[in-house]
Amino acid sequence: MVVMDQAQAPAPPRGPGKRAANRAAAFIAKKVLALIVTLLVASLAVFFSRFLVPGDPARFLLRGRSPKPEALEEITRQFGLDKPAWEQYLNWLGGILHGDWGRSLTYRQDVSDVLLGRLPTTLQLVALAAVFITVLGLFAGILASLNKGFSDRFILITLTAAGAVPPFVAAIALVALFSVGLGWFPSFGSGDGGWDRIWHLTLPALALGITYIAMVARVTRSSMNEQLLREHVEVATSRGLTRGSVVARHVLRNALGPILTVSGVLVAGLLVSSAIIERTFGLSGIGQLLVQSIDRLDFAVVQAIVMVVVAAFVLVNTVVDLIQPLIDPRIAAGTESR
Amino acid sequence: MTLAVQLPQAGLRRYGSLLSPMAWSALAVAAAVVLLSVFAPILAPYDPDYVDLNNVLAGPGAQHLLGTDALGRDLLSRLMYGGRTSLLGPTIVVIGSTVLGLLLGLVAGWSEGWLGKVLGRVFDLLFAFPALLMAMLAIALFGKGLLAPILAMTIAYVPYVARLAQSLVVAERSRPYVQAYRVLGFRTPWVVLGRVLPNLIPTVGAQSTLNFGYVLADLAALSFIGLGVQPPTSDWGAMIEESRGALLGGYILPAFWPALVVVLVVVAVNVIGEELSDRIGGKLS
Repeated sequence: MVVMDQAQAPAPPRGPGKRAANRAAAFIAKKVLALIVTLLVASLAVFFSRFLVPGDPARFLLRGRSPKPEALEEITRQFGLDKPAWEQYLNWLGGILHGDWGRSLTYRQDVSDVLLGRLPTTLQLVALAAVFITVLGLFAGILASLNKGFSDRFILITLTAAGAVPPFVAAIALVALFSVGLGWFPSFGSGDGGWDRIWHLTLPALALGITYIAMVARVTRSSMNEQLLREHVEVATSRGLTRGSVVARHVLRNALGPILTVSGVLVAGLLVSSAIIERTFGLSGIGQLLVQSIDRLDFAVVQAIVMVVVAAFVLVNTVVDLIQPLIDPRIAAGTESR
Repeated sequence: MTLAVQLPQAGLRRYGSLLSPMAWSALAVAAAVVLLSVFAPILAPYDPDYVDLNNVLAGPGAQHLLGTDALGRDLLSRLMYGGRTSLLGPTIVVIGSTVLGLLLGLVAGWSEGWLGKVLGRVFDLLFAFPALLMAMLAIALFGKGLLAPILAMTIAYVPYVARLAQSLVVAERSRPYVQAYRVLGFRTPWVVLGRVLPNLIPTVGAQSTLNFGYVLADLAALSFIGLGVQPPTSDWGAMIEESRGALLGGYILPAFWPALVVVLVVVAVNVIGEELSDRIGGKLS
């Protein structure tokens, strides 16, 4: 009986569901393919940038060091300089995919080891900056959008000014005020683990994030202003929902799209600017490593870090593209127009 | 029913209504900084590199209007001379990226076939390289100084202009006036350069104005971390770096003045750029 019941039950509407699943799979496949192609072309650009420098590549890689015959021989063997360019590239790419990122001339260590040792500091710094950006940026944007008149104008002018402060200037200003002036925060080093680490990273993270706090706040404000005028918000308000739930569920959720769109640029920007901030605050992350490696003419490390930052940017953009349809189903339906 | 027609105001007052008071003050600040920098050799009270160890870290006064730095060099003179290097870089980058971006954008927008698509992909790819990162890679390749980062950032900013120009050209291409020229048999280069290009200038100009501020900040940052302008040449970013020791010792002014000028110029440029783009009504990202 039971079996028959099941057999007689109307089949679930599989057709449309399956089609949607296929479309989602095609969408994901397309984005992942684009990601791989972009990364490959980027790796070509990063690798062959070295060939723009005229002259002997072995001497270029050994700049600032004594070009002894055995050193020249070692660098030629290590980079495979006696092989054709395409073979060098394929070896380099294959090495990267297998975790062999070459050797640092300064540290006499594998680049991957040097990078991995520095990565936690940078990730913590960027993560803390991202927290500041999300919390302060969203807060200022929502505040400006919900308060019309004077406070909106005041916040907007403050944001315009804050958005124009380059991170290194913000770093100097924060050190002058909170380290030298008030003595609340340290101006140097990354401290021990736990709260001490967060205490040491507060000023750097604020300096790193200031441009993007202003950017996120401005995007949030204009995006929310746009939503506040829409009919569905009016309907929700006239149904008697509280202001808070209207804003949280009907305005902010729809306003998230544009905010998410800028996050790819944001992550790349944070990683690049961390080079300047880490140097200013004496934090040994990959940003400072990049500056030091340029300083010490350690090209293998520079190449690796540039590739990491570009990959992070492309990866975040792909993830954002994949998440967008979950937040705004209209994008998945192919009607991106609003 | 009466139709209210707003007639343009007569004489000079028309120019007053062209920009908001905010934009006027921004323009005044920018003009003042540019003039003081350009005419630094005439106007500067001291040689910017003159070291006076008897007058170290002096406060503002009659002798030194803005005070002196840790080597007793006059801060006002260094700021004025520093403006020459600090403004020259962004000027070259903005002019270069605007010209290149306009040309590539025109080609990409006009050609309906594969060329437009390929150029679009190239612009996309260039976006993946942040300007500051590209500048650092260029410095690693060609050495410290201003030349390598200026070249790299010119390339890095091309897609910002080119992408905008491309979308504008695509929109212009289907407008009646272009169709009319085509039907009348005018040559394509003449239509594109003589008739379409002028219509792109205002919007692209607004974007390039905004770019100027970003480039200025990035180049100053490079000098700040010691990869850009090399001492003893004065540069706003380098001046802030030189003043860090004094800052930690409690002397804020030597770092404060160049920081203030950088922020003022970037704010002024942003205000002007946003005003321009508001006027045109074009939405810039």
